[in-house]
Amino acid sequence: MSAESIPVNGSPAGEIAAEDAMIEVRDLTHYYGPMPAVENVNFTVRRGEILGFLGPNGAGKTTTMRILTGFMPPTRGSVTLDGFDVVEKSLEVRKRVGYLPESVPLHTEMTVTNYLKYMGTLRRMNGRQIRRRTEDVIDVCRLGDYRKTLIGKLSKGFRQRVGIAQAILHEPEVLVLDEPTIGIDPIQVVETRGLIQELGREQTVVLSSHILPEVSMICERVLIIHEGHIVAADTPNNLAQHLRGVEQLEVEIGGPPAEVLPVLRGIEGATEVSHHPRPGVNAYRVQFLEGLDLRDEISRTVINHDWSLLSMQVNSMSLEEIFLRLTTSESDEEELV
Amino acid sequence: MRTIRAVAFKEIQIYFSSPVAYIVALIFMVVGGAFFVSDLGNPFPEASLSNFFQGATLVMILLAPALTMRLLAEEQKLGTIELLLTSPVRDWEVILGKYLASVVFFLFLLALTSYYVVLLVVFAKPDPGPIYSGYLGLVLYGMAALAVGILTSTLTSNQIIAAVVGFGILLVLSLGSSFISSALTGTWANFFDQLGFGGHFNDFDLGIIDSANIVYFVSVTALFLFLSIRALESRRWR
Repeated sequence: MSAESIPVNGSPAGEIAAEDAMIEVRDLTHYYGPMPAVENVNFTVRRGEILGFLGPNGAGKTTTMRILTGFMPPTRGSVTLDGFDVVEKSLEVRKRVGYLPESVPLHTEMTVTNYLKYMGTLRRMNGRQIRRRTEDVIDVCRLGDYRKTLIGKLSKGFRQRVGIAQAILHEPEVLVLDEPTIGIDPIQVVETRGLIQELGREQTVVLSSHILPEVSMICERVLIIHEGHIVAADTPNNLAQHLRGVEQLEVEIGGPPAEVLPVLRGIEGATEVSHHPRPGVNAYRVQFLEGLDLRDEISRTVINHDWSLLSMQVNSMSLEEIFLRLTTSESDEEELV
Repeated sequence: MRTIRAVAFKEIQIYFSSPVAYIVALIFMVVGGAFFVSDLGNPFPEASLSNFFQGATLVMILLAPALTMRLLAEEQKLGTIELLLTSPVRDWEVILGKYLASVVFFLFLLALTSYYVVLLVVFAKPDPGPIYSGYLGLVLYGMAALAVGILTSTLTSNQIIAAVVGFGILLVLSLGSSFISSALTGTWANFFDQLGFGGHFNDFDLGIIDSANIVYFVSVTALFLFLSIRALESRRWR
């Protein structure tokens, strides 16, 4: 299954009415020296949507985010945010964006409260807004016990919270989070995901991750980026469906494997059958072509042979497998070239 | 305005809470004090701050880069520049805020030397004119030197490189031009004398407030601040 059959741009999911679009990226290309970090990337983010960038390290996620936030200009192509061009109207764009860079760069020699007040002033909030919002975000990010602690003395997880706190401080319309759950412990990861989902109800969120379950859990739409190109863009569910080119059944059958195997292999439509003995049970994996349903056929066959059918289930591919398949098929093509 | 103040205030707080600034202050006071008393060995010591002013300009060649090296280089090193430049703050506001912080700390250093004046007034009858003009000259000289330091700090994420390059530029501007000038005659001697800091500062030390000298230092300051803003902006275009 190659990447071409996956809807990328111009798919029904990708067509968004102009007034609904918060971020529009057209033919975005960025070079570091002679090497393109991203090349001809197109996508649109709806207002209030949570969009996930998924891709291995070095795929171009951070580059794309730095361009979205106005930190770097694109080499080619255009990016608009709420109708403002990131290059021409950089200041307007920056007013509307909250950003958490991957490395969570914070001023370690400041206390949490002072840092948030400082960032609030940079975001051009007035004194009253700063006082109110500082308390709000300290509450939301559960930093209450660390108001007067120097950021340099906080653990990685708490620094991450301060990073999120500063990103949401000025109630930005767009939140750009680069690897928001990297390097923090599992409990905090769960909390952070919940927080992002909460924020995503009102704000547009763009986040990047290389953790697949995370993206499928939080995001309404996923862009899979590989080597600077978008190789797939859809909802996590649709992605899984489109890629289910080959389906797989896992069947547990009570009967002598030596007899069962050839019979299963004889079923029309089955492309591959393998035997996976487990203690007390003989499990078989049956792969068959898309569109067929072999469950009926298999159950009849088993009963006709007087074996017992212990269990049967359809395995659809997880996002993880899709991801691997997409990214490895790309590199296979390269090897051929 | 508020953003400039916020940037400046943060840096001033860091100055006063970091050991580097106190070490700088200590060096300034020790070396400045040594120059101040250096005339006392003469049979007829002069009741003036001239020696201190001359010494202070030499010390500033070293101290200005030391005071400014951190200001932008560290933000680039730690990556905090990413949050600073993605905030709705203009590049000139960032540079001006950082610069003002260094100027405030420099003025604090100069304020510490005010007891020299007190000593002179108590023990002798100094001529007040050259003291006023000398301090004015020293402030202008220091502000130009700090602007040079801001530029080198903007250009690199390495504080050591920022300091060494800043030191080099100041050395050429302060001493190099006078040195070249003294080896030449005629128009070229005058050209190099006018180019550097030294000749322009000496008038202030002699008690002369010449608008040409004020314009010179203000122009040098403006030029280096302008280049710093451009250097910071160029991050967005590279």
